[in-house]
Amino acid sequence: MATPAPAPAAPLGLRQTNRAGMTKNDYKGAPSTLCQGCGHNSIANQIIAACYEMDIVPEEIMKFSGIGCASKSPTYFLNRSFGFNGLHGRMPSLATGALFGDTSLEAIGVSGDGDTASIGMGQFKHLVRRNAPMLYIVENNGVYGLTKGQFSATAEVGLSLKHQGTNPYMPVDICMEALVSNATFVARSFAGDPKQVKDLIKAGIAHHGIAVLDIVSPCVTFNNQVNAFHSYTWGKDHEAPLHEISFIPALDEIMLADEFEPGTVREVTLHDGSQVILKKLEKDYDPTDRWQALHMLEEAQRENWLTTGLIYVDTSRPALTDLYNLPATPLNRLTEAELRPGRESLDKINADMA
Amino acid sequence: MSEKIINDFSITVATVNGSGSQTANTVLLRALFKMGIPVSGKNLFPSNIQGQPTWYTIRVNKDGFTARRDEHEIVVTMNPASFARDLESVQPGGVFFYADDIKTPITRGDISIYPMPVKQLIKGADVSPKLLDYIANMVYVGILAHILAIPLDKIREALMVHFKGKEKAVDSNFITIKSSAEWAAQNLKKSDSFYVEPMDKTSGLIMADGNTAAALGAIYGGVQFVAWYPITPASSLAETMNEYLPQLRKNADGKNTYAVLQAEDELAAVGMTIGAGWAGLRSMTSTSGPGLSLMTEYAGLAYYAETPIVIWDVQRIGPSTGMPTRTSQGDLNLAYFMGHGDTNQVILLPGSVSECFEFGWRAFDIAERLQTPVFVLIDLDYGMNQWMTEPFQYPDAPMDRGKLLWEEELNNLAGNWGRYRDVDGDAITYRTLPGNKHPAAAWFARGTGHDENAKYSEDARTWEKNMARLARKYDTARQYVPKAVIEDDGNEVGILAYGSVIPAVEEARILLQQAKGPKTDFLRLRALPCTPEVQEFVKKHKRIYCVEANRDGQLKQILTIAMPTEAAKFRYAGHSDGLPLTAAWVKNAILSQEVE
Repeated sequence: MATPAPAPAAPLGLRQTNRAGMTKNDYKGAPSTLCQGCGHNSIANQIIAACYEMDIVPEEIMKFSGIGCASKSPTYFLNRSFGFNGLHGRMPSLATGALFGDTSLEAIGVSGDGDTASIGMGQFKHLVRRNAPMLYIVENNGVYGLTKGQFSATAEVGLSLKHQGTNPYMPVDICMEALVSNATFVARSFAGDPKQVKDLIKAGIAHHGIAVLDIVSPCVTFNNQVNAFHSYTWGKDHEAPLHEISFIPALDEIMLADEFEPGTVREVTLHDGSQVILKKLEKDYDPTDRWQALHMLEEAQRENWLTTGLIYVDTSRPALTDLYNLPATPLNRLTEAELRPGRESLDKINADMA
Repeated sequence: MSEKIINDFSITVATVNGSGSQTANTVLLRALFKMGIPVSGKNLFPSNIQGQPTWYTIRVNKDGFTARRDEHEIVVTMNPASFARDLESVQPGGVFFYADDIKTPITRGDISIYPMPVKQLIKGADVSPKLLDYIANMVYVGILAHILAIPLDKIREALMVHFKGKEKAVDSNFITIKSSAEWAAQNLKKSDSFYVEPMDKTSGLIMADGNTAAALGAIYGGVQFVAWYPITPASSLAETMNEYLPQLRKNADGKNTYAVLQAEDELAAVGMTIGAGWAGLRSMTSTSGPGLSLMTEYAGLAYYAETPIVIWDVQRIGPSTGMPTRTSQGDLNLAYFMGHGDTNQVILLPGSVSECFEFGWRAFDIAERLQTPVFVLIDLDYGMNQWMTEPFQYPDAPMDRGKLLWEEELNNLAGNWGRYRDVDGDAITYRTLPGNKHPAAAWFARGTGHDENAKYSEDARTWEKNMARLARKYDTARQYVPKAVIEDDGNEVGILAYGSVIPAVEEARILLQQAKGPKTDFLRLRALPCTPEVQEFVKKHKRIYCVEANRDGQLKQILTIAMPTEAAKFRYAGHSDGLPLTAAWVKNAILSQEVE
């Protein structure tokens, strides 16, 4: 039984508008000042495309970042969105507070591997455990770019860099850290795989709770050697997707049975009714099984695979701001009448203290 | 027996930390307060959960002086570990009460001694065994009540306040108090000279601690977001919010008009506070020195990004852990300059518990008007001790949300605005909040160089121009912060002080005259930057004594910078050992510099 699918969206183009009446231009940012060929630029473009295709009004998005190359990039997308570029490693706390201003807004944070896995590890993990409703992208290149190429905490052991020698320490796996901190959405992608990046961004935005998206994003200037884990060549050769991903917004309800053979797909319905369709590749991977996700990450680490896709999702847990019994009107639009208790209540307090 | 000494002495109670003596002590304090006698109480406690010696001192003073004294006329000890030291500390002619299971020999003949059969008197108490230690403290309340003539009905009223009207808790304590008082009536013969008598000097006043006042002030100021991390002596500020907010701040649908979040540390607490402030919420955090240190980088960003937030600093003494349960005014310089680069922060300095309430709400108006962090500095002595104070005054001004542009205002401006554009000439610019749907509403807050439209900029002129505007904005702040309170009779000598040293200064001014020292004028500073009358006061006087509870005279340093031509006038008359200043010390510190 098939419900008729809506007409396919018109091909994208700058003159076309989406269902929010916006052109793609309305989602653009300032010209990037990052290096030519930087993976981060490609991710910024996919953020633009995802938001456009999801028909989100740019004013209804907040952007956050810390410090570093990745954290510069919110300037290069969504000019019409509010943003706050905070301190190194401390974007999570900034975003946590800001999320309470108006809970109807979407939030996208962009961080780097230094910003998240070194200086910001503590705040990152607490943001995750609180299930703050936001998409948290880590543009992960294993290296500090703006300070000219030092190792970051995600650099693989044994990596040699020009002025740094050989990295003697084991790397931090951001997806693993997110998962053990009880993240409700964990995904990994590769900047060289724009389609997957875009679909995971969409799914992360639609997810109600923390969505950690670790994107291996090669640094073409300091860490793009053929054999480096965070390079284009290595990534292209070693990327092992868990599944093929499609994102179906709530408005575009389709009947899966018509498109896929039974047993070949797994659907995950997100909070807003949209669906992530995971098409089975080699093996059947269940992203709602935390144990399997941990196992897979461990296996990928041992085998040196760049495994990408939706690693884990749990749509059942409330997001941070759901826990506060907040009114329907955004807190930041409440008036004095709603915020200042009446005089009699203070008279009573004074009387009790007399 | 010598002449009666009425309503003019200090009581010190020595107990074991964690034994529940706080209830007994605050009940004594409030009973005296309810008799109409001016009192003050100070908890001098160790950094310890249970087991270390702790002291509570109550000053009873018919003239209304509330500063700490070094002398104690009446000492009660329940603690074998501090017994010898407690006995030694009694003033000649004073009184010593002790739990009679402590078998240390009594070595003094110049004081009145009352043994208290604590174990015997709690035998019949109707409480669970684990509460027996706690009830034991009620014994000294009852015996002291009898010896000093505190009416038991006042004790019961005080218990009712303490237990918020819960009769069962009141009764289980009161029974022991009453039986102890009866025992004293039958078995102790009064041999000392100390009495209390009812007065009418506390009517119209309340008794509260500064942290509670601050929390309530913030609630009546419409606080919407609180992020905090536990730290002595600030924790009870946030905890009091958690206690009162659910009662006071639900809307008609039973929804909360606020959110309180316990952060993972102070780095995060201030980050969250700034995020919420940027998003348009009345946002605050509360901490003490170590936490304030951790907040430094974000405070600098908030200054530069112009984000309104309120930071309460309940000061304790020392860098690092220092002495975490002892008081000090040592964070003034840190707060004033907080942030790297060129930074000036706005600081409010409440001068009473009642003012903690007032500045609790006013701080938000000032922060949102100026779009900058506002620090409110108190200390452990104000924050955690109970003080007689004026009742909390309901805010006498509507909320000032500052220069905000919503959709309608942006429509009227046809979207032509710049986040950091000084259109009014007061260096305060307009801001929009996330959620504003106007297509020109959004802007990007950042710590990087930015132009009038909040766009990234590394242009030298743009940088300097913006920083110059921030300096002008700090000047504008002088119009909005609380003015100093001045008593000026045209004397040569002026005293400048703020916060919890004020009671000591007020008394010291009288002691100075009694000692044939100088007559003094007094300026009670309530904010930085200084309001214009501070400069006038300094210019008028030949010598200015800054009285502070810190080692280096931090206010003196700040004023020396602010008024270089007057710098030679400033003298320092303070010290910092973790204890609240005494009037005698302040008097001597001034007198010794006057005779030079």
